[in-house]
Parts: sequence; C-alpha cells; structure tokens
Amino acid sequence: MGSIALRNVSKVFGAHTVIPAIDLDISDGEFVVFVGPSGCGKSTLLRLIAGLEDVSGGKILIDGKDATELAPAKRRLSMVFQSYALYPHMSVRSNIAFPLKMAGEDQASIDRKVADAARVLNLTDYLDRKPRQLSGGQRQRVAIGRAIVRQPVAFLFDEPLSNLDAALRVNMRLEISQLHQQLKTTMVYVTHDQVEAMTMADKIVVLNKGNVEQVGTPLELYRRPDNLFVAGFIGSPKMNFITGEIARGHGAHTIGVRPEHIDLSTSAGAWRGTVGVAEHLGSDTFLHVAVDGVGTLTARVGGDFPVRHGDQVYLSPQEGRVHRFNDEGSAIR
Amino acid sequence: MARNVSSQRKIVNTVVAWTIGILIFFPILWTFLTSFKTEAQAIASPPSLLFFDWTFENYFEVQARSDYFKHFMNSVAISFGSTLLGLIIAIPAAWAMAFAPTPKTKDVLMWMLSTKMMPPVGVLVPMYLLFRNTGLLDTRIGLVMILTLINLPIIVWMLYTYFKEIPGEILEAARMDGASLAKEIIYVLTPMAVPGIASTLLLNIILAWNEAFWTLNLTASKAAPLTAFIASYSSPEGLFYAKLSAASTMAIAPILILGWFSQKQLVRGLTFGAVK
Repeated sequence: MGSIALRNVSKVFGAHTVIPAIDLDISDGEFVVFVGPSGCGKSTLLRLIAGLEDVSGGKILIDGKDATELAPAKRRLSMVFQSYALYPHMSVRSNIAFPLKMAGEDQASIDRKVADAARVLNLTDYLDRKPRQLSGGQRQRVAIGRAIVRQPVAFLFDEPLSNLDAALRVNMRLEISQLHQQLKTTMVYVTHDQVEAMTMADKIVVLNKGNVEQVGTPLELYRRPDNLFVAGFIGSPKMNFITGEIARGHGAHTIGVRPEHIDLSTSAGAWRGTVGVAEHLGSDTFLHVAVDGVGTLTARVGGDFPVRHGDQVYLSPQEGRVHRFNDEGSAIR
Repeated sequence: MARNVSSQRKIVNTVVAWTIGILIFFPILWTFLTSFKTEAQAIASPPSLLFFDWTFENYFEVQARSDYFKHFMNSVAISFGSTLLGLIIAIPAAWAMAFAPTPKTKDVLMWMLSTKMMPPVGVLVPMYLLFRNTGLLDTRIGLVMILTLINLPIIVWMLYTYFKEIPGEILEAARMDGASLAKEIIYVLTPMAVPGIASTLLLNIILAWNEAFWTLNLTASKAAPLTAFIASYSSPEGLFYAKLSAASTMAIAPILILGWFSQKQLVRGLTFGAVK
C-alpha cells in the first residue's frame, strides 16, 4: 500500500511563505508528477512528504496514518535525488545495500536483494566499482537501486534526470516508467520539464508560487486547462494568447490557441501575417508569424509545408480548439 | 598559464627562500648540535658549529637522571587522549553547526574562538584550585581534560570547515535510507570527512604535545610529560646547555618524525577546500 494525503499542509521559511496551504490526495500505485517553474515550491513539497523538512501547519497521512511527526527513516519512503547523493566512499554494492544494512537485515538476504536490484538495473558488472567510476546514467541507476531494495510504500524523485544529457534523459524516462509498471508502487516525481510530466504521469499537479493550479491527467490538463498559467505551462511550443478585439469577439478577455491547432494557408484565413522565423525540425515546422494587430503567433505545420522567412500566410484557429479566459485568467466554459 | 620567470629571478628567489628556511630551522639545528657537545664546549665563545668532540654523553646522563621513557609515555597518553576525546565531542558539535545551523551558529563559533584569546594564566589560580580539590593534580586524566578543553575550539572550527564541504543531500539520503543520527555520522559523514579529520587529529596531537603552560603548572612528577622533562634541565644558573639540548632533541624527535611522515596529509588538510 502507498497512499499519501496532504491536509492543509503549509510551509513558511521565516517571513517567506513557500506553500500557503495544500490539500492533495495521491492514491496507491499512482505516478504523480509535481511540475512548475523553478521556485514554485515543488521540491519543498516533496521534502515535506519525505520528512526532510518539517511542516509549518497541516497533516501528512501515509496509508491513512498520520506521519507528520515521523522521522524520514520511519516513513518507509525512498528518495532519489537530483545529485544522485551516492555515498562516494562505498562501492556500488554497499550503496545499494546501505538501507538494508540500516534495517538490520541478515547478510544472506542483503546479498540476494542487492543481486536482484543489480540485475533489474543492469548494474551487475559494476557492483564493485565506486560511484566516481560510473557514468551519469549508471550513477542514477545506482540511486534508483538503493531506492528499490527496501521496498518502500512510495518513491520520491527530486528532478532525477536534470543532470543527464538529452539522449540519456529520454532513455531513463522510459526506464523509470517501465519500473513503475513493473513494481506498481506509488511514485511522486518532481520536475520543471513539462515533457517529462506529460510522458510519465498518471496525474500531474501543476504548482505555481506554492499554490496548486490544477490537478489532472496529462490529457485533461492539455485539453481543459483551468487557467492561463496551466494553459501556458503545459504544451510545447507554448500556447498562443491573444487579447483585445479578437478575444472580445469570442466573448473573453484572453483567448488561447495551441500552435498545433492553427491551420495555415497561403491564400485565405482568419488572420494575415508574415513569417518571421521558420524552425524546421524535419517532421514538423514551427513558424513564428507576425500577425497584423495581434503580435507574434507560433504555428505548427507539417515538415513539408513550403514556407520561408518573409512569406505571407493566413492563420485560422481550429473550430472548438479555442480556449477562453476571463480577466482573472480563469477558464470560461 | 605558466608565468614567465627569468632564470636570474629564479636564482634570487631560490637563494632568498633557502636563507629564510635555514634561519627558521637554525635554532633546531643548533639545539641538535649542542646536544653532542660537552657542557664546556656548549658555552664556549666563540662557539664552534661542527668542529668539536662529538659525544653521546649528554643523552646517557639525561636518561640516567630522569626517566625519558616515563615522560614520553605521559606525552603520548596526554596528546593522543586529549585529541581523541576532543574529536568525540567535536564531531557531533561540528555536524550540528554545519548541517543544522541556527541564526546563532556563527556567534557560537566566534564565542568558542574567543576563549582562545584569553591568556591562560588568567585562569591559572581557579583551575589549579579546582584540580587540587578534585584530586586531579599531577594525573594524566586531569591533563587530558584540560588539553581537550583548550584545544576544542580549534578542533570544532577545523571540522566545521571540512564538514561544510560535504553536500547535505548525501546525509539526507542516509536519513531516507533509515540511518539514525548516530549511524549517519558513523557510516556516512565520518568516512567522507577522513582527510579533514586526519589533519585535525595530527595538528591537534602536535599542539597538545608541545603545550607547556598547563602541563608544567598542573603536574609535578607522576604525570609530567616531555615538556616538564625539558624544563627540569633549564636551571637559572644556565650550566646545563648541552643536557638541556639533549633533552629537547629527545622531546621533539617523536613529534618531528610524526609530522615528517604525515606532512602530505597535513598540507592537504589545511588547504582543503581553499581551491575548488
């Protein structure tokens, strides 16, 4: 079992409120991602769950039991850190065995569990090396190995992939998702990268300045953002926002259209503009178009669309794909 | 980028460096040479540097008159004992200051250091009376206690500096892995801080070995270390230069050898974290 519930949890550092008051439910076996810009309090929230920081108010329930006052070691949670936080003086084997040794398990069972974890994570050949002799990806796998051996009720990941290069990050993302399917243990994952959030999560929690902006599945957040912040944060490239006359025409203060929901034509359409920059990715082309009276809009078209800098194009938002927001930034439905 | 230094400049620098080095080393060399002279040659004027009748007589006489080995063992017990006790107290203290600081931590560190600014003679009388009344005068335990106390600020400061270099996330990982505070310190922090702890240990042994104020004032014979052994040859009449030199050489030799073999570790520890 591994359900986690936050009830009115707040955190204050001196005069600075990092997290005002949050309620959140994470069910057993769920993969939940906390996402938000840096400084939004997502890591602090994770550290509160871990017990590495004390809450200023509210309760944290793990499996229905109050864990607010429990020491980190007693919460039966495992954590993977951004810096990996491996013990540099210990071999890979001792690193993975450390939590078991702390739990006072006998040597035979420690050896068996370490061997199992090493096999799952392809680390068998590296067990006698020191962390400094490993690559970034291998170090991250050791950190994950150390987290899985003690069979925690939930895993906490604090931006675990930020120190890896782009290609490795994609691989590790997949490995962590596979691990989740295999273990079916609750995972709470913190990232500032919305692509990681979209690809891995069962449920995404979007945080901004310590507040929960929206909680939902990746597609819910993509299709029905509650406010301007979520609309702008989820999706890449970013959603286009238009205010003024055009928005008023839709009965809103601001309207938002995703780049992939804009149809492009060289002959006719709703808005006329001039192509500023065309980013050719091969499969897709991102066009930055200066539209008269609106500003620069981003549109995504197929890689074959014949267009260059300075060309005149017409843009039309797709029917039913226009998001409307009131003057407070909340979605109008 | 290497600097361009002309060979002329290099020669001048080398000569200056050697001159300063020899000047600093000269008293030790002089003491060493004097220890092989007779008492008459030791006070002869002009003194002879190398051309005298070399003799080991002083060493035999010093050993015969006062038991070198007994004083040596006292010095070992006091310097190692006070250093180890100091480390046992200072490691948790430095942990708290480095990893769980409060707004007052810096003040506490400054306060600890400020105790080193007071001349020890200022508290000699109360300390002496305390020692007398508790029966600690002329005991190894008493000296271990007082040397631990006077060197504790330095040990805490040095360890604090080394601990600050260790990323807090690693200790947090240990906490998540189920380590208690004691296990976190024993299995994770201490092994990672070994270079720093080793140089603190060495420096403190040297400081305690050479400490002369408290060891002279609070001992008589039973617990008297090598400092007292040397002092017993420094008579106001000044007739025992050669024996005094022999005693001094015997007293500093062990710590000089220890320092010689560990100088790499010492330098590494003292400059630890200075360049990153």
